[in-house]
Amino acid sequence: MRNYWWKILAYLLLLTVCTEGFLVKVPVLEGRLQQSVRNTFFHVPMWFGMMIFFTVSVVYALLYLYKQKPGYDHYALEFARTGTVFGILGLITGAIWANYQWGSPWSGDPKQNGAAVAILIYLAYFVLRGSINDIDKRHKISAVYNIFAYAMLFPTIWILPRMTESLHPGGMGAEGNPGLNPNDSAPAVTSFMWIGVAGWTLLGVWITTLRIRLQFLIEKKLHG
Amino acid sequence: MDKLKRIGFIIACCLLNVAAMAQNSPTDDPNDFMRSNGKIYVVVAVAAVIITGLFIYLLNLERKIKKLEKEYK
Repeated sequence: MRNYWWKILAYLLLLTVCTEGFLVKVPVLEGRLQQSVRNTFFHVPMWFGMMIFFTVSVVYALLYLYKQKPGYDHYALEFARTGTVFGILGLITGAIWANYQWGSPWSGDPKQNGAAVAILIYLAYFVLRGSINDIDKRHKISAVYNIFAYAMLFPTIWILPRMTESLHPGGMGAEGNPGLNPNDSAPAVTSFMWIGVAGWTLLGVWITTLRIRLQFLIEKKLHG
Repeated sequence: MDKLKRIGFIIACCLLNVAAMAQNSPTDDPNDFMRSNGKIYVVVAVAAVIITGLFIYLLNLERKIKKLEKEYK
């Protein structure tokens, strides 16, 4: 039971978001957003999760370069993988919502393009890993590339979308940051968004830990 | 084999449920909880089932990995 409490917490948080999230009273803005504002509980946490997983991944990549223990590479790899999955889910859920809110699934919004570029850079991380047969070399080069990919997140999703006009909040002349505008959101929306962020991120951490354990098992099987 | 029987039983139960629903669907009782509030509770139930199912799946996966970890120790 000692290690299970946060998994139960994740379940309860997500159950809250997936039930109350549909029922809680949200402001209906002149019929513009209508009920689709509830996407904040599902779409936005994907990006929070992605950012958290990529941050954890780069920390393990740095630890690997510092201590050279192969275990750290498993951690870096699996957190990057979950981060990429969350990012792709974020792009798809965003496109579904944008189709009804902005008129088309992909309008070349700077934030959309930036997020797509960031995810492509991370996809290249997996391709790079797969192309190196020497295990030590693979771990080292992918750790260095991981740092580059993480550094590229900042211009692609944090800086460039702020410098031009954007459909997302936080573009040129608009308030808020590139993800959302906390000063102009109803309290119900903000609080359920945070419950969603915690719940979805914990679920992602659980999936990642399972995959890391699988990596260690594979390693044990291959090298005795 | 035991597992297959169990899965079959669950599927049979689901089908039974569908058959039962098909019988009383023409009587659209507005006092029914699931049909109130624009039938939003139907989606709520679906989402709750998906989340519960996902967590049960992950719990099972974790149990299997734990078993393998014990074997390799």
